[in-house]
Amino acid sequence: MSDAFIDVKDLSMGWGPDAVLLEHATFRVEPGEVFAILGGSGSGKSTLLRYLVGLEQPLAGEVTISGVGHPNLEVGRPPFGVMFQGGALFGSMTLLENVVLPLTEWVDIPIDAATAMAHAKLKLVGLAGAGDKMPSELSGGMKKRAAIARAMALEPPLLFLDEPSAGLDPITSAELDKLLLTLKTVVGLTLVIVTHELASIFAIADRCILLDKETKSIIATGRPSELKDSSDTRVSDFFNRRTKAS
Amino acid sequence: MAQILPSSAELDGGGSAPVYAIAREGVVLKLSGQLRVGDAGPIWKALGAAMAGAKDGKLTLDFSDVSFIDGAIMSLVVQARAQLSERQVTAEIVGDDERTRALVHLYGGDEKAVRRKRRKAEGFIEQVGRATAAALGELRGVISFFGSMVASVAGVIKKPSSGNVAEIPSLVERAGADAVPIILLLNFLLGFVMGFQAARQLETYGASIYVADLVGISVTRELAPLMTAIIVCGRSGAAFAAELGTMRVSEEIDALRTMGFGPVRYLVLPRTIALLIVVPILTLLGDLIGIVGGLVVAVTSLRLTPIAYLNETRLAVTARDVESGLVKSAVFAVAIGLIACQQGFATSGGAQGVGRRTTSTVVTSLFAIVLIDAVFTVFYRVVGI
Repeated sequence: MSDAFIDVKDLSMGWGPDAVLLEHATFRVEPGEVFAILGGSGSGKSTLLRYLVGLEQPLAGEVTISGVGHPNLEVGRPPFGVMFQGGALFGSMTLLENVVLPLTEWVDIPIDAATAMAHAKLKLVGLAGAGDKMPSELSGGMKKRAAIARAMALEPPLLFLDEPSAGLDPITSAELDKLLLTLKTVVGLTLVIVTHELASIFAIADRCILLDKETKSIIATGRPSELKDSSDTRVSDFFNRRTKAS
Repeated sequence: MAQILPSSAELDGGGSAPVYAIAREGVVLKLSGQLRVGDAGPIWKALGAAMAGAKDGKLTLDFSDVSFIDGAIMSLVVQARAQLSERQVTAEIVGDDERTRALVHLYGGDEKAVRRKRRKAEGFIEQVGRATAAALGELRGVISFFGSMVASVAGVIKKPSSGNVAEIPSLVERAGADAVPIILLLNFLLGFVMGFQAARQLETYGASIYVADLVGISVTRELAPLMTAIIVCGRSGAAFAAELGTMRVSEEIDALRTMGFGPVRYLVLPRTIALLIVVPILTLLGDLIGIVGGLVVAVTSLRLTPIAYLNETRLAVTARDVESGLVKSAVFAVAIGLIACQQGFATSGGAQGVGRRTTSTVVTSLFAIVLIDAVFTVFYRVVGI
């Protein structure tokens, strides 16, 4: 269904010329795929996501989403949804209100219909009946699910997810992976996921890139199963959980 | 009954306008075209109109001409089915392709339609009960906090090195030195305005010189301690509550606890001691500058000489007047510190909770300041100070 894709050309990012995190990054996310951004701690995975969605301006290069240039978040509705690492749910609102908010902002729709749509989204992510809860009453996994429901409220063709499995137990993490796969196969979403959870990567990612902190570059692009056997030890070590010493 | 509705333009504008249609013929409700979230409003309206009058029996939702439907519209269809079910109408979805079938399944469209129960509104007695329980819980928290505070003070007296004394100088700077300009300005204006208000009346009776008595006594005994405490409450009290509240919601206070730092001893005592040091000093500055404010009025408006004004002030204002104000200001300081820290520690619920507790700190502290002031006024009167 989706014609969404991301085209990143020669992107350099950082907090100034003396604090560059990533240089000359070029990659492409095809419609309908689950694309993972991988890397060790401090390699700039989450920061790259902030650049992709337009929260930061690149030092050089360009990001194109659905054929349109770097997203301007000040103008119009972005063609994507974002799930932040901690959920970023509005603490003053119930879960239901969190999900209803983008609907009432962007769709001319009566509140009862918006509420029905929000309930459906919460049910979809396994939070049926939790609409009246406040974010502070939720576990980490529930917050992430609720954040996915909110990100999906406006049916964007593209979802960005920052560490969806981080801090979750294996079963909850597997359930979340299953949900993301369903969103890909049934709803047809394109998913860009920042993660370092190997189990999730092998379970859901079609392709991935691996960021390297030392060289400030993308050192590998491809399918996780291919990269696992890469001849580049930096890549195979990451996928095989080998430490430098071993 | 048949109804054909064209779609609106795409949500974000600029795109081509796909067409959808919703039409009912007898027991068949036919949906066709592209059904997207951007058209949710008119689609919901059209569904409602097309379903109107359906009662007892069966309605077929025909999806055979639907070329695209997104999850948002599917959830509206599922909701419409639930509403039909309440009217004893069984709605069956037919003619859907594989993707649409999967979407129907994903959104529970193939499950038995269940209408969500509306939550019963809370009754008046329940509301009063809940509010009372919350107030009692809050009171219990305050008492328990004061208990911890007393225990911490005892602990620090026993072992002074456990008191996090190192933080006190920076707190004194933040709560004291940084507040000096605003304290000076407001207390000057206070003395100035008071002198100005009194000037005309006193001049009428030829008692201009007594403006020094009026300003001097009221500023030192009452106004400077009160105004200084109000400013400290708004600046430092709110800041302490927000700081500790944020630490609380980000689990920093729990971390301190697990590392064996008593948070009351580590965080509350230094703040309260810092206020205990700075508020009387700021009040003393307020006393002086308030008197200067009156002096400016006396010289410019009442044609008194500065020497005459200061001599009269020296005669009227005794050391006891100043001391009584300083004692009061020390009590204000402890009250502000304890209230702010208690509110910060009681924070829950993220950013909103921090805001709520900060507001509560200012309101509660102001109430406490005025109450303490009233008690002191009566007490001083009774004991003849």
